[in-house]
Amino acid sequence: YAWDANEEYLFKAMVAFAMRRYSSKSTTQISNVLLCNVTDRVSFWFVVTDSSKNVTTVPGSEVEAAIRMNRNRINNAFLLSDKTLQFLKITSTLSPPVEPSTPVWLIVFGVVLCLIVAGIVFLVISGIRKHKKKNKESTERENLEEKVEVTLENGIPCEVLDIKAGHVNGVFAADDERFTSL
Amino acid sequence: LSAAPEIPKEDGRPKWDNKFQYILSCIGFAVGLGNVWRFPYLCQIHGGGAFLIPYFIALIFEGIPLLHLELALGQYLRKGSIGAWNTISPYLRGIGVASWMVSILISLYYNTVLTWVMWYFINSFQEPLPWSVCPLNENRTGFNEECHESTAVNYFWYRKTLNITPDIAESGRFQWWLILCLAACWAIVYLCTIRGIETTGKAIYVTAIFPYLVLTIFLIQGLTLPGATEGLIYLFTPNLSTLKNPRVWLDAATQIFFSLSLGFGGLIAFASYNPTKNDCEKDAVTVAIVNSMTSLYASIPVFSVLGFKATTAYWDCLDRNIINIINEFDLPEESIMRQNYTSWISFLNSSYPEKIAGLKLKSCDLQEFLDQSVSGTGLAFIVFTQAIILMPGSQAWAILFFIMLFSLGLSSMFGNIEGVFTPLLELQIVPKSAPKELLSGIICLISFLIALCFTLGSGSYWIDIFDRYASSVPLLVIAFFEVTGVVYIYKIKRFSKGVEWMTGRKLNLYWQITWRFISPLLLLIVFTAFVTLQMQKPPSYAAWNPKYEGFPMKEEKVYPAWVQAICVLLAALPCVCLPLAALFHLVKQKCRSKDPSFVPPEAFSCQRANI
Repeated sequence: YAWDANEEYLFKAMVAFAMRRYSSKSTTQISNVLLCNVTDRVSFWFVVTDSSKNVTTVPGSEVEAAIRMNRNRINNAFLLSDKTLQFLKITSTLSPPVEPSTPVWLIVFGVVLCLIVAGIVFLVISGIRKHKKKNKESTERENLEEKVEVTLENGIPCEVLDIKAGHVNGVFAADDERFTSL
Repeated sequence: LSAAPEIPKEDGRPKWDNKFQYILSCIGFAVGLGNVWRFPYLCQIHGGGAFLIPYFIALIFEGIPLLHLELALGQYLRKGSIGAWNTISPYLRGIGVASWMVSILISLYYNTVLTWVMWYFINSFQEPLPWSVCPLNENRTGFNEECHESTAVNYFWYRKTLNITPDIAESGRFQWWLILCLAACWAIVYLCTIRGIETTGKAIYVTAIFPYLVLTIFLIQGLTLPGATEGLIYLFTPNLSTLKNPRVWLDAATQIFFSLSLGFGGLIAFASYNPTKNDCEKDAVTVAIVNSMTSLYASIPVFSVLGFKATTAYWDCLDRNIINIINEFDLPEESIMRQNYTSWISFLNSSYPEKIAGLKLKSCDLQEFLDQSVSGTGLAFIVFTQAIILMPGSQAWAILFFIMLFSLGLSSMFGNIEGVFTPLLELQIVPKSAPKELLSGIICLISFLIALCFTLGSGSYWIDIFDRYASSVPLLVIAFFEVTGVVYIYKIKRFSKGVEWMTGRKLNLYWQITWRFISPLLLLIVFTAFVTLQMQKPPSYAAWNPKYEGFPMKEEKVYPAWVQAICVLLAALPCVCLPLAALFHLVKQKCRSKDPSFVPPEAFSCQRANI
């Protein structure tokens, strides 16, 4: 927006408003605020007079304090910020950064660590299970081989007994009870 | 003398699920953080596009032959580094031991760099990014002094992350946040290497491919940023006169050598899990070319972003000057723009020279901003993070960038750990009945405990020392003895017969020439030049000292004597293993030959060496 007489009027109004709020006197009028040396750069000097006290100017420190108190409102009235609307000799108080109760990074770290630990536990347990299954399989295989050997090496191989002519005592052994049941 | 190895088909050795996993693991091992933060820097300071000439010459005559040698060795002998060199010749066992020690030393400090990356990653979820604003001082009237004098990015790196001490002799305290991140990093490494290549083979699909995705995203984004073209032009404009400087050739040779991760024993370990009938020649050429292409590909987004950062800094400089001039001369707003700044300045200088001099304007030169070249951790944690703040949607870019760095480093860690793990597995330190998970757990736990000393206040100075001394000289020595050992002790005729059997075709003349003469000669030259350059000036380091007069410039300090002794120890310890192991074997032979009852083991060693 362009800077014209209406904007100057608004500025005078804001300064008057700031003075009223600061000193709680409702005597400051727009006519009390005087602008001078307005340049194209849009920079100017201004003073605030006190009509109740014989047209003297209000001390600069009071004006500074008033403006500092209401800086936010003045900025917003002109849609500007501390950087774009500069009052010489009035530094802005810096707002502290917002600190959440637990630092954010600790939360993220907790999430990451939980995932890692879950992964490790899963892999270790699956490894142990695989190990156990392999052990069980190998012992089962060993047992099977033993059974096969037993039937072959039981003194005389049983097949040889069948081939040789011999009498099988029917009293002691029935066909299907040749091997002791396990 | 048969060339076929007497290796049974089913020897219970773990193997890769498929060829792609193996190639990807080798590429992941070779492609690491150095491709992103060292190669672009070297390109920039050594004349841009002209640097590619010595780089590719070094690749052809040094990189590819050495890579092929290591892969062929591991694949042929099917053993890790210690076992493989023992098989070549028991006197050369020292090479394997040296590789193993170097892998340990490097794993220790490399994972600490990943700790820093992880710390930045978990801090990237905040709004605003913690390295973009300075914290306030105690009475809230202004910013923290150390931060105000340097930049917010520097402050976050040196104070909030490292909490660095002003001198290496002052150890400072343990930084608990770094210990947490270090524990998490070693836990991730354990998770991925828990069962050796069974688990790393699955993890590598993610960690090796993801960086390329992110680099592409950064490439597209980087090219759209203002000032990217300036950065790229600056990077690639060839300046052929730099080639006259021998330093450029040395840097190219060392960059190729360290970039391909040669001499660690990790490549031998990876190749040993291959089936023997595998074309290792093609693999070597593939891995080397992919590694170099990745370096080139990574330098494009890096330099787009750096160009963007330099342009933004240049514009800021101009804007500050413009504001000062406008305030001084009370000119209307927007009368001086960046485009007509120079004409205005010359006009004002001629009409009101005293006023202009009184303003003390900083001279803004884009070249000067582009010339501020950084490599290593400075590039990632200071320069790049500053550039990320300026991009829209900075959290997302920061998260992507740090995950990419983490993946790059993690895939290299797999190779390092494999270089430690495989020889230990073969030496059967842990009884065979104990699960592999136990050995990898022990390695990770011990490494974590030792690496805790890098989380002290002076930790980053120590990491610089490890980087400069433990990972440079020993590797050159190991590689030199690797080539000469295979070519002249094992005899290249025997080895080439083995390679022919594996690949199915006769060994090319190129390999014969490079293995026999060019590579050993080149390594010798590089080694002597490197050591000479190091010896020329007393080893010094740049310390971050807030009380220094020239702060925020870093203070140049010389290492104290005890630190220099440690540097020499780090460089010499792996190298000393070579003659020590040979001597040890010689003594053992002499003792055995004196004992008549003992069957001379020469028969065995002859047989084993005759594979």
